[in-house]
Amino acid sequence: MSTGNRPGQGLQPSAQPSTLPSALPSALPPPLPPRLWSAHCRACWFGLALLLLVVASFWSLNLQWAQFLSMEAARSMGRFIAEFFPPDLSPGFLHKVARGTWETLAMSALGTALAAGAGLALALPASRLHAAETAWARAPTRALLNLLRAVPELVWAGLLLIAAGLGPFAGTLALAVHTTGVLGRLFAETLENAPPGPGAALRAQGVGKGMVFLYASLPQVLPQLLSYTLYRWENNIRAAAVLGVVGAGGLGQMLSFHMGLFQMGKTATVLGAMLLLVALVDSLSYASRRWLTR
Amino acid sequence: MSTTLAPPRHDPAWSGRLFWLLAALLLLWPLVVATEFKPWTLLAPANLKVTGQFLATFLPPAHSAEFLGMVARETWRTVAIATAGMVLALLLAIPLALLAVRVLSVSALSGRMALRSAWLRQLVRWLLIGLRSVPELVWALVFVRVVGLGPTAGVLAIALTYGGMLGKVYAEILESGDAHATETLLRNGSSRLQALFYGLLPQNAGELTSYTVYRWECAIRSSVVLGFVGAGGLGQQMDNSMKMFNGAEVFTMLAVFVALVALADQVSAGLRKALG
Repeated sequence: MSTGNRPGQGLQPSAQPSTLPSALPSALPPPLPPRLWSAHCRACWFGLALLLLVVASFWSLNLQWAQFLSMEAARSMGRFIAEFFPPDLSPGFLHKVARGTWETLAMSALGTALAAGAGLALALPASRLHAAETAWARAPTRALLNLLRAVPELVWAGLLLIAAGLGPFAGTLALAVHTTGVLGRLFAETLENAPPGPGAALRAQGVGKGMVFLYASLPQVLPQLLSYTLYRWENNIRAAAVLGVVGAGGLGQMLSFHMGLFQMGKTATVLGAMLLLVALVDSLSYASRRWLTR
Repeated sequence: MSTTLAPPRHDPAWSGRLFWLLAALLLLWPLVVATEFKPWTLLAPANLKVTGQFLATFLPPAHSAEFLGMVARETWRTVAIATAGMVLALLLAIPLALLAVRVLSVSALSGRMALRSAWLRQLVRWLLIGLRSVPELVWALVFVRVVGLGPTAGVLAIALTYGGMLGKVYAEILESGDAHATETLLRNGSSRLQALFYGLLPQNAGELTSYTVYRWECAIRSSVVLGFVGAGGLGQQMDNSMKMFNGAEVFTMLAVFVALVALADQVSAGLRKALG
């Protein structure tokens, strides 16, 4: 960025042509790079603000680097990792981990399925399907969807634990609530962007609203809705794996439980299962995307 | 005289639809069992009473000056954790991404990449994928054990996960563009750093910056979540208030959090639009 910055020379090469021997525009000297700082340049102010934000962040957090980089921390980190070995691979515990993994998968799948249903139900009032529709519920429904989406799954889980009690049910609900916000918005946008032709044709025949949706809009957008849902499912498996840390079931709950009791061998097994699950989902989705875009 | 048959009055595809609906329900059943999905527990009198009491404390939201000051401090901390984490993540991601980019390989100009550099690039790629695939919450749990409760664990967790994510995506962005200019520079004897600055970066700077800004927005959201395992910031206070069933405080913090996310969303969208 700072290459060739000569502050003494002008910023306006366009003022020079009259003094040049050749009047041809192609003979203009190449424009000089802008100065590093100028009060008129918005990017400069933005860069300054960014720098201030970063400095203020590090300064106000008073991070314990000394403690983290000390020999003491290195030793405790080493001890911590050494405690992971050997992982607990007894058949009884492995069975429990397998159940936790299945629970995680089930939470993510059911949460996503519920969210797809609720998202579609909310996407209808949140979209204007044809120009003549008043769509009075559009703005409030969109605000609701944004609210559902803004609060992360883990915070929803913390809140829902109070109503639903500890266990995978709260986690499933939390995933469903957050994903409803995400999918509802995506679905609404897909519905609005669908070609209006078939719906208009049915409406001109006097077909009712519900039938227009079922036989014109839905078949048009269904593949897109399914692909969004699958994409969210992939995200939700990852989220469900850690959701249990607040007590909402699945592998996360086992992780925080055994870590809290300092049973590091068991913790290592759960961690391994978690990473394996995430890696498996990642590679499956990568492979399927490769296969689909081939 | 009409010879055409009357069109069928029912949906010709109804049997298929019914079949798939039933099949889906059947497939969902084991999931319902595994997740102990019992919606009626929400309506059990005991649960309903607790929920009602909790919701009743939501209003009026907590608004004492002392509490609001604390919320403001913790909100800043949340932003600071995200920003500091992003800076460290960039320090990690940029060198690793440059190591992983195949376009900057000199030996690849003449046919195949040299075996050693090909291996190095693949190893760096695997390292990035490995860093990325550990959820930040797990990193935070580990670091809370090592460095104790507080923002250090959150910053480190974001730095490691986001370092992997950013590095991988940076490498992908740099490789996705047109490699012609870079290749020409390399072939004419420029160094790899020169080829990067004059060939690759001008082409991809917009996309790289816009992805970084988007990730910063994500980091703010995840720094709140990390607070739930003790990494400081708004999340930790929210967790405390939830455990004490203090609905008024939870409500205020949720409102502040939603506003913060909306603001970050606006800033990020505006920046990305300005970048084009």
